[in-house]
Amino acid sequence: MSTPTDTTDAQVSTGEALLVEPSRLSPGRRALTTVLRSRELSIFLVLVAVVVLATTKNNGFLFSSDGWRNFLLNPSILLLLAVGQAVVIITRNVDLSVGSTMALTAYLTGRLFVDQPNLPIVVVVLACLALGAALGLVNGLLVAYGKVPALVITLGTLYIYRGIMLTWAGSDRINAGDLPRDFLALGTKTVLTIPVLTLIAVVVLAAVGYYLHTARGGRELYAIGSDPDAAVLYGLPVRRRLLAAFVLSGALAGLAGVLYTARYGTVSSSVGSGIELQAVAAAVIGGIAIFGGSGTVWGAAIGAFLLITINRALPSLGIEDFWQRAVVGVLILGAIVLDRVLSRRQARKLAESRDHA
Amino acid sequence: MSATTSTRTYADYSAPLWRRWLLTRETAVIALTAAVVLYSLANVPNFDGPLTLKFLLQDIAPILLIALPMTLIIITGEIDLSVASIMGLSSVLLGVLHDAGFSVPTAALLALLAGLACGALNGFLIAYVGLPSLAVTIGTLALFRGIAVGLLGTTAITDFTERWADLATDTIGETRIPLVMIPFAVLAVAFTVLLHFSTFGRGVYEIGLNDEAARFTGVDVARTKLVLFLLSGVVSALAGIYFTLRYGSARGDNATGYELQVIAAVLLGGVSIFGGRGRLHGVLAGVVLIGVISSALRLESVTVNVTNIIVGLLLVASVILPSVLGWAGSRLPRKAPSKDPATAGV
Repeated sequence: MSTPTDTTDAQVSTGEALLVEPSRLSPGRRALTTVLRSRELSIFLVLVAVVVLATTKNNGFLFSSDGWRNFLLNPSILLLLAVGQAVVIITRNVDLSVGSTMALTAYLTGRLFVDQPNLPIVVVVLACLALGAALGLVNGLLVAYGKVPALVITLGTLYIYRGIMLTWAGSDRINAGDLPRDFLALGTKTVLTIPVLTLIAVVVLAAVGYYLHTARGGRELYAIGSDPDAAVLYGLPVRRRLLAAFVLSGALAGLAGVLYTARYGTVSSSVGSGIELQAVAAAVIGGIAIFGGSGTVWGAAIGAFLLITINRALPSLGIEDFWQRAVVGVLILGAIVLDRVLSRRQARKLAESRDHA
Repeated sequence: MSATTSTRTYADYSAPLWRRWLLTRETAVIALTAAVVLYSLANVPNFDGPLTLKFLLQDIAPILLIALPMTLIIITGEIDLSVASIMGLSSVLLGVLHDAGFSVPTAALLALLAGLACGALNGFLIAYVGLPSLAVTIGTLALFRGIAVGLLGTTAITDFTERWADLATDTIGETRIPLVMIPFAVLAVAFTVLLHFSTFGRGVYEIGLNDEAARFTGVDVARTKLVLFLLSGVVSALAGIYFTLRYGSARGDNATGYELQVIAAVLLGGVSIFGGRGRLHGVLAGVVLIGVISSALRLESVTVNVTNIIVGLLLVASVILPSVLGWAGSRLPRKAPSKDPATAGV
């Protein structure tokens, strides 16, 4: 990274220019260095390595219709949750209630189909999105206006939402037989070998990613997360943005609930328990700093893919899949240590380039 | 979030003594607990039965134990999400070692050492590498649980020597108080002395209020945090051993989800998640409150789901109420202007 560029001042290395004055580099070079230096690249390479290793041991891991489908389909639900979680964590908050929200909407999906067998699927999806958004709004209102940390609020709503779901469901259990065939087909249908559920998740990812990267509202979320007090002083609509972030997280959890029901066909009381920590883990592995202000949803999405793929790859690698969580733990610790090392190096470089100026 | 903008203090020493003692979060939690107990005694059938107290205390014992170090950790502004995973790991180690021919006390000692090692890893990464505890302990939550599940798979070890299994469910003499309350009482006294009557404890509060300032006044911030996570590891392992012997079963997924219960109880007891505020008697009342509510609702054959809703509502209400009251207070017309010359002119 220390080769001097021809197009700019000979003394400025690409790395320094990117850090201090990106506009001095040509757009192509800028894009290339951004990719090469990104946190997402390292985690993406780990994912590629896992897939390659597993595929060399067992060709069917990727190159069979089942293997390919599972590779794409299994992470889709966690991906939605991780995207929502990423947006919330970027604002220096956290949403622990997503697993319970997902359970509630999964049960709502089943309930609607059982009570109204002729209901169009779109209506059910919209109802679940609305319920998820409403639950997210409750979190958002409490966090934005109660002036208490999201960790406590969403820990509370984690219990409340799960309790409501279980009280509502009672000893009831939704089985695949209760659901319309069209809806279950949605869980297995593919377009050009790509499962529909994955396409939905990727469209959501692209939309949220584009918004965060370019829109004013998206950039303000980063500003809020970097320094909440400064954001207030600067006059950013902090409360509105926080509300929006929690509503988005809730709505995506709601969507995840529908997709879960379509994919697995059954809804039991344990749907989504513990998945909130997986969503946070996916975001952290994907390079989103737990104290807000940095990271991308692309990273969180790759993190979600990695978590699920490792689970499936371990048996192919000859390791009992009981050890999956231990591997995930090592990954999380590795990711945050790496994050620490990189941010220290960047801080040092910034200080150096300032001293030279 | 906004807590960083207002000055936070340990206690308001300008208030008269009775107000400082009576109008506190802790008093409110204790009063609420007492009210729930009295109500249950009068209205819930069998709440005064011979087994209620025993089962109630046995159920909350692990939470009571872990809440002690967790209180200190949260007062420093950190958090430990890995406690339930350490419980699971110590449970599995106890089982595996006992199966390999070690006696229960030896296996338990080794499991405690493993808990100490878990705490050391957390403490090292948080105190000396300077990583955020929320992220570190989410990682070690997965790691420790992963090792526990990896060692034992989905099987369970149940053949513990009867003498030791009985010890976990026995009561003290003719009373209805389980034996486990003796080590708990010892630890509770030790932690109370540590937090409220020692220089170490003053340091814990100082770190929570402002760790930069604590460093300047000579508090060894890193060492304090390391000690707290070591304590949390050992006590969690102890709770795991008790849990295993009580149910006579060592499993990798033992005590899953307990971390959230412990944190809910600690926060309910008046400890601030921002750090710097909270007292142990409030936390213990918080744990007992949740235990009494679940026990009473179970006797009324209300499902555990309703209990979860109530615990969640209590938790949210307990953190929201102060800011709602503060907001309402700020809307009220001010009484007499302050006579303090330092602030009167401002």
